[in-house]
Amino acid sequence: MISSYLALRLPNHQLHCMKNIVIIGNGIAGITAARHIRKLSQHRITVISSETRYFFSRTALMYVYMGHMKFEHTQPYENWFWEKNNIDLVEDHVVKVNGQNKTIQLRSGQHHSFDILIIASGSVSNKFGWPGQDLRGVQGLYSKQDLDLLEQYAPNNKECRQAVIVGGGLIGIELAEMLQSRNIPVTFLVREKSFWSNVLPEGESAMITRHIKEHGIDLRLNTNLKEILSNNQGRVRGVVTEDNVEIPCDLCGLTPGVSPNISYLEGSDIETDRGILVDEYLQTNIENVYAIGDCAQLRTPTQGRKAIEAVWYAGRMMGETLAWHLCEKPRKYRPGPWFNSAKFMDIEYQTYGNVSNTPSERERHLYWENRNDNKAINIAYDPVTGKFLGINTLGIRLKHEYFDQCLRSEIPVETVIEHLEKANFDPEFYRNYFQDIKESINQQISIA
Amino acid sequence: MKTNPSMSIASAPPSNATVLQRVWAIFGVAALGILLLAAFNVDFPNKTWWFTGSLITLTLSIILYSYEAYRHHPPGIKNNQVWQKSLTNRGLWGWLLGIGITFFYIILYFYPQFLGLNNEGENTGIIGFFDPLSQILSGNPASQWFVYGTLYTIAILAFGIKFLWKYRHNPYERIRTFSVMFFQTGFAFLIPELMARLNSDSFSLPYYDLKNIWPLNYYNFEQYRVDSFISAGDIGIALLVFGIISILVITPILTYYYGKRWYCSWVCGCGGLAETAGDPFRQLSDNSLFAWKVERWVVHSVLVFSVLMTTAVIHSYLGYDAEKYWLNKDVFLLLVAGLLTLVFALVWIFKKQELKKDARYGAIGYFSIISGLIVLHYLTGSNVFLFQAESLRSWYAFLIGAVFSGVIGTGFYPIFGNRVWCRFGCPMAAILGLQQRLFSRFRITTNGGQCISCGNCSTYCEMGIDVRAYAQKGENIVRASCVGCGICSAVCPRGVLKLENGPLEGRINSDAVLTGNDLDLLDLIKEEKTSE
Ligand SMILES: Cc1cc2nc3c(=O)[nH]c(=O)nc-3n(C[C@H](O)[C@H](O)[C@H](O)COP(=O)(O)OP(=O)(O)OC[C@H]3O[C@@H](n4cnc5c(N)ncnc54)[C@H](O)[C@@H]3O)c2cc1C
Ligand code: SF4
Ligand code: SF4
Repeated sequence: MISSYLALRLPNHQLHCMKNIVIIGNGIAGITAARHIRKLSQHRITVISSETRYFFSRTALMYVYMGHMKFEHTQPYENWFWEKNNIDLVEDHVVKVNGQNKTIQLRSGQHHSFDILIIASGSVSNKFGWPGQDLRGVQGLYSKQDLDLLEQYAPNNKECRQAVIVGGGLIGIELAEMLQSRNIPVTFLVREKSFWSNVLPEGESAMITRHIKEHGIDLRLNTNLKEILSNNQGRVRGVVTEDNVEIPCDLCGLTPGVSPNISYLEGSDIETDRGILVDEYLQTNIENVYAIGDCAQLRTPTQGRKAIEAVWYAGRMMGETLAWHLCEKPRKYRPGPWFNSAKFMDIEYQTYGNVSNTPSERERHLYWENRNDNKAINIAYDPVTGKFLGINTLGIRLKHEYFDQCLRSEIPVETVIEHLEKANFDPEFYRNYFQDIKESINQQISIA
Repeated sequence: MKTNPSMSIASAPPSNATVLQRVWAIFGVAALGILLLAAFNVDFPNKTWWFTGSLITLTLSIILYSYEAYRHHPPGIKNNQVWQKSLTNRGLWGWLLGIGITFFYIILYFYPQFLGLNNEGENTGIIGFFDPLSQILSGNPASQWFVYGTLYTIAILAFGIKFLWKYRHNPYERIRTFSVMFFQTGFAFLIPELMARLNSDSFSLPYYDLKNIWPLNYYNFEQYRVDSFISAGDIGIALLVFGIISILVITPILTYYYGKRWYCSWVCGCGGLAETAGDPFRQLSDNSLFAWKVERWVVHSVLVFSVLMTTAVIHSYLGYDAEKYWLNKDVFLLLVAGLLTLVFALVWIFKKQELKKDARYGAIGYFSIISGLIVLHYLTGSNVFLFQAESLRSWYAFLIGAVFSGVIGTGFYPIFGNRVWCRFGCPMAAILGLQQRLFSRFRITTNGGQCISCGNCSTYCEMGIDVRAYAQKGENIVRASCVGCGICSAVCPRGVLKLENGPLEGRINSDAVLTGNDLDLLDLIKEEKTSE
């Protein structure tokens, strides 16, 4: 790993005001803030987390269980990095925050004071009050501890003969793939009529749905959980769906999304709603207390973006923006066009801009797919102005930069399509579908 | 380096091997067993049949085993349980395999008589076992190198087919693998053997694998070879010239256009074995910063060693008198010094700012050693190479040619990963790497802000490059050691990496900022970065 942070540059004004910055949470948001603050200043930085000592990539948890990586491979920086860059790591849990007095209290009983507090405490898995949701063998997939639990309850298909997963989002499908890698049969309960159809339009959703079934997963659509059943030792033995079907299982994964982790702030003077409310400088209602990442809720999100965005990229961008705000000059958090990506078993998914699952009058879709190869592209545009709105792609890698520019410059959809192959990011020698895509899409345009 | 603490054969998750897979594994082991028995001088009645049978069984069992392993799964990345299996996680099986191969190499290089080599009479043992095939190809009895070459080729072919199945969704990987299989079978195995057929009492070419370029082929310019090239007339001279332009002309041109991958992961035999038989072990390459530091010192030292050694060897057999033949000792040394100076001056003038500090020191250090030796010689006119050329050569052959490339390089696949030799020991890789870093169109580009820092790329990079460190900053990967295997790009779950050839300008973009944030902020960051 290469660090260029040794060459510390010290703007004059900072020599006079070394601040004591405390960061709660060593996830991507907190750590990005810490790294950039260190690059830009000599402030004292303390990062507190109760999950693991060193920053790791939560997005890679699945690969550890599947044996693609060991846990240490998910750590983007070697262990010497933190001391070398003078970032103090504290392994403890924050139980109380007092914004006005500028102190926090730790589980160990210690108190820390701060000049600036950055809250980056992430999310917790949702649980919707189902009967039996706290049994042994019932769990979400969010933290390192969840991973350890999974190793305990589903180490192989003898210990865990059958698993049920509830909630068809990105984490649910990851969990399904994980369990399958150990030959554990998976029943996947999804509330929607097609996988992730609350986000994906019909075509993409149908393709992923087929793909999940191809992988031999027992996908049950339009199915809701009613109750989780216990054996006589307090461990899960099955679930019952709302149409009273009983499915036996040794593990029940609950993956119906996440919500901001703010319970420890209850009774503090920091204003919260679903998340910690922050202004466009990412500052809470209290001066010098900021919130970034999954736990933050923007009071006024920029256009096309949500108030809470529980994704890796948002946490990283907030962390970087805040560091510049604190060390250089005031900076608002104004992310560019939305983008995201995921992988559904073997199908890679990327999205740029906004493509809604149920388009309004002002949004029309141009859809192309190649069923045999599991490839699809969906381009959204405004039929009135002709403006390009966004693109979904399955199985074809496309360039972020290209669409970022298209979206920022608000160019017409025809132009985007005309130069579409410029966005190709597939490896060399891959089959080129662009001729096909353009023909099909241009036809659709001329009909519309 | 960490070992699997439990060292257990059966790790927690169940083995996913099917019954058929086990059957084929047993067949493969049986075939190896027969070869082993032959090595212990067990006499087989129908040598030709037993021999053919065991080799075919060995090949088929590898192929069928992998077919069985991959056919039940849809195309896609197949890395499940890699870090949970004892074989691929430095567990007991990994160590046993490593020790086994290491033994094989030690015997092969240093005690071929145990394999049945008999220079006086008929070969016995395993080498005798290979006589029939050798007779068909070259018309001569087998040597230990023929046995090795045959097994090596079988390994690349059979495990190549396994790799083709594993990456059946990825055309880059498939074409590349066809290429290494082709070059191994044609250039390394068949052509040299068939060339040997042309030899007669009056005409003799040395064994020449055309794709095996100096300095990897460190013995190419030794006296016996050069003599034999020259005495073989036009063809021989052509081959000799080809050997020289391979390194001085062909290599730089191809590396400029495609990066060192054209050789290291498309053509080279060492690379070929690493990419096929070695593929299950790629994740074991150490990707710490420390390993990178060691790598740079070691591999460049080997390069210096090989240049010195070759210069000394050629120097030792050239004449003193320029009248007899223009290329005498002094002219040769001047040529070498001149060439090095030229290369060094060009790099210094055009690429100074791109060289990291330590690389610069390294270059200066090494350059002065070489020129120092040459100058010294020029002044005294005596034998100055501090050591005798011949002992330099035999030390090189022992340390680098045998111990490093064979025993450590291949024997330790299951411990240090599949590219130890290529990374730490190969002087050819060092040359190609310097060029790739400084003067090539090749780079790996990253896709805006899409990286999730998961670490798959760094874990599966066989050269131990911390790919993620670049990707998560949006920087291109332009590293001397990258062999362009394309696996980082293949395993990336977010489609972030792409191997590309493109213009030199903007290739190294350490001032990159991640796409996706506020444009004003990006501008500000860029400004700050470039003003640094
Ligand atoms: C399995 C999985 C896969 C994912 N895949 C993707 C993906 O592919 N792409 C994507 O964009 N996003 C993905 N995400 C979401 C992404 O990982 C999160 O958005 C991101 O990690 C949030 O980062 P953060 O820094 O805000 O919080 P976190 O990473 O949650 O870090 C917060 C840290 O603070 C600690 N903490 C919290 N409260 C306290 C306290 N009171 N005291 C001390 N410490 C505390 C927590 O233990 C935690 O370590 C995935 C998430 C999961 C769980
Ligand atoms: S960086 Fe990628 S292409 Fe280069 S050697 Fe490593 S894995 Fe192969
Ligand atoms: S594999 Fe891809 S997403 Fe993961 S760290 Fe590497 S570049 Fe980033």
